[in-house]
Amino acid sequence: MLNRIYEAQRLMGAACEALGRQINIMEVCGTHTVSIFRNGIRTTLPERLKMLSGPGCPVCVTDQGYIDITLQLADRDDCIIATYGDMIRVPGKEGSLETRHKPNVKVVLSSEDALTLAKDNPEKTVVFIAVGFETTAPATAVAVAEAVQTGVDNFCVLSGHKLVVPAMEALLSEKNHKIDAFLCPGHVSVIIGSDAYIPVVERFRRPCVVAGFEPMQVIEGIGQICRQLAEKTAKVGSIYDAVVTPEGNTTAQRIISEYFQPVDGYWRGLGSIPNSTLKLKTKYSRFDALKRFGVDEVPGEDLSGCRCGEVLCGLIDPTECALFEAKCTPDGPVGPCMVSSEGACAAWYKYGRGQKRNS
Amino acid sequence: MCLAVPARIVEMENDKAVVDALGNRWNVRTTLTPEVKMGDIVLIHAGFAIAKVDEEDAKETWELIAQFDEFQQKRDESSKES
Repeated sequence: MLNRIYEAQRLMGAACEALGRQINIMEVCGTHTVSIFRNGIRTTLPERLKMLSGPGCPVCVTDQGYIDITLQLADRDDCIIATYGDMIRVPGKEGSLETRHKPNVKVVLSSEDALTLAKDNPEKTVVFIAVGFETTAPATAVAVAEAVQTGVDNFCVLSGHKLVVPAMEALLSEKNHKIDAFLCPGHVSVIIGSDAYIPVVERFRRPCVVAGFEPMQVIEGIGQICRQLAEKTAKVGSIYDAVVTPEGNTTAQRIISEYFQPVDGYWRGLGSIPNSTLKLKTKYSRFDALKRFGVDEVPGEDLSGCRCGEVLCGLIDPTECALFEAKCTPDGPVGPCMVSSEGACAAWYKYGRGQKRNS
Repeated sequence: MCLAVPARIVEMENDKAVVDALGNRWNVRTTLTPEVKMGDIVLIHAGFAIAKVDEEDAKETWELIAQFDEFQQKRDESSKES
């Protein structure tokens, strides 16, 4: 194993020398962010190699406007809000799903649990807070399919599902030109396949390497990116071949496209991105919470001084936000990147403080 | 949020299955992986199997998880002693 680490380090050193400037590699997955911090990988990198934590945590990228809709629906007595646990502490304009202590907010572990809630509570409408990337979207689609089949009408979905590749393209074309390469998310790639990154490689000439989440895979993923940077090539690579194929999980892709269509959507920090958000197709619109309750999604404004948006684009480190550690901590979070255990600010707070290198 | 763990299918009926990882069992759906069968190891995310996993790769992850437990136990014991 040591030999593999030495080889990766050699490649990183060679890339730094070949480029003669700081190298910025963005990880686009919250689980990578945590793995990199928890395993102390940051401190082992060359000084001129910097890891940026990108828009890879679904809770973090969810726009403030969406959070406010969840709160608005939680205020209705005829609704039950079924949400993955990560979402309940994200502050909206007035408190969070947690601080409002509403008995109608239920944490679920899967979309199927949400559907079961609907079956068990026929007098209420269950709103499933459907966030997550391509990994999670198929599960939502299957729940809608089952609601159709079993005639469960008191179930609907507030879809905030996001697509990873449009966000990577938006970052490179607009927000952050300094990103040299992407360490691509392991489990999103199980679904979309590594070929999904070909447009990023071809259009922007940036290496894209898929890696799993164990420390060795992350280190070797960074090593493979560095090899490409030193050779001045840009290709799609993968060191997660055990579960990631070039074409991905085609059954899951088919289910996503049967129920959802990509539309322009708001992201925290990145604004509106074309074809980046999944909404239910018209034929399933009776399961769309926005349509059912006649709510419009408008981009939210965050007046708290929180700089999560810039963190998500890799423009600043969490420590550069005035609220970090002072007003914003995991116990009293102001922004979503501190709420989610996979957020860059939370990872930085827990593992990164006091680490001087690569900060 | 996109965390996933490998687990072995120990019961199966249509697309509903029970999986086992290190003795923990829970219900999942195999709707997204129609090719899997009884005894296969699958990667589970949010209640769904999303990919079939190699026996060797799964073992590596399970060993790692078992090591965490061991480490935690040792740490708890040593903190009690001090």
